[in-house]
Amino acid sequence: MMPRSECLKKIAELRGDAIVIPTYTTMCAWRVISPSPLNYVSLGAMGQASAHALGFALGLPDHKIIVLDGDGSLLMSLSSLVTVANAAPKNLVHFVVENGTYEANGSHPIPGKDKVSFAGLARAAGYARVYEFDGLNRFAAELPEVLSAQGPVFATLKVEADDEPEQDYVYMHHPDRRREFKEALRPFLAKRK
Amino acid sequence: MAPNGSLHGTDIIAALKTARVGHVVAVPDITTSHGLLWPLSRDPDLKLIRLCKEDDGVSICAALAHTENRAVLLMQMTGFFDSINCIRAVACEYKQPVCMMIGLLGKTPDEKPSQSKAYGVRIVEPICDVMGIEHICLNDAADVARVPEAIDRAYASSRPLAVLFGQVIQP
Repeated sequence: MMPRSECLKKIAELRGDAIVIPTYTTMCAWRVISPSPLNYVSLGAMGQASAHALGFALGLPDHKIIVLDGDGSLLMSLSSLVTVANAAPKNLVHFVVENGTYEANGSHPIPGKDKVSFAGLARAAGYARVYEFDGLNRFAAELPEVLSAQGPVFATLKVEADDEPEQDYVYMHHPDRRREFKEALRPFLAKRK
Repeated sequence: MAPNGSLHGTDIIAALKTARVGHVVAVPDITTSHGLLWPLSRDPDLKLIRLCKEDDGVSICAALAHTENRAVLLMQMTGFFDSINCIRAVACEYKQPVCMMIGLLGKTPDEKPSQSKAYGVRIVEPICDVMGIEHICLNDAADVARVPEAIDRAYASSRPLAVLFGQVIQP
């Protein structure tokens, strides 16, 4: 198991100008660790992170797109693994931050806790590269490869909560997030033209 | 309400291009499969993203809109029902221009959706109304001309749109 905040810090160090799509509790931690208007936090409905990411990856094929999915969230839309793998965006890196619980909803265990293999599911769905990490040193060493490999890339991050991020859903759902994101995206859209 | 001719996929594809739609996100539906989905799957100007589940299409369309790419979500009314929470959040509350094209399975060409014998057909428009989603129903070939301006309106106002197919689409 890796401490979640340390794990996220490693990703933050290497994100560059990637669009990052975090979910729920991970979003709450991520926005403090890596504050940026290029964090797309406006998901609205649980289980939709990978679908949003696919839309961004197809719309901006030369831009790195990183999803920080949750295990409970991904369980809600497992078929999106097949949709993403079939669309095969080369610029998409899909992390699932696996803590085995619905942390934002009372920390109940996810169905299949300690049994389900998200990496196995992603591999079977047809992701180009699949990783699983449960130790911080190996994760830190291989992260550059994970982020630069031709996608779609999937990586399970087995974590335990080492923090209690503020659950600020007003922040996540506020229209300002979408406005700030739109503004931040503008230079990249202009460059594309 | 007798329809004035058939609905043709070629006309709908032309309307999508007029509206500068570049992506079609779809789950197959028997009412649009032969006349629309198969032809557009072979059209080099349209990128088809095949979905496993319709609610993912709502989010994909919203994200594409952020990147200034226009898209439509093609599905049957059953997929619309299944996607209500995502439509509620992403399209309605977040005010994103998610344009849905919805096949009405069980609707006969000579009836209004609200008068259909099929319960699922009857409730589509009232659901759109209560959610504040603009909707238009294409009953015959002449109605297809309404599609580009409806899509333009959705993107200009950043609001969702539902285009309902009043009969099975012919090639």
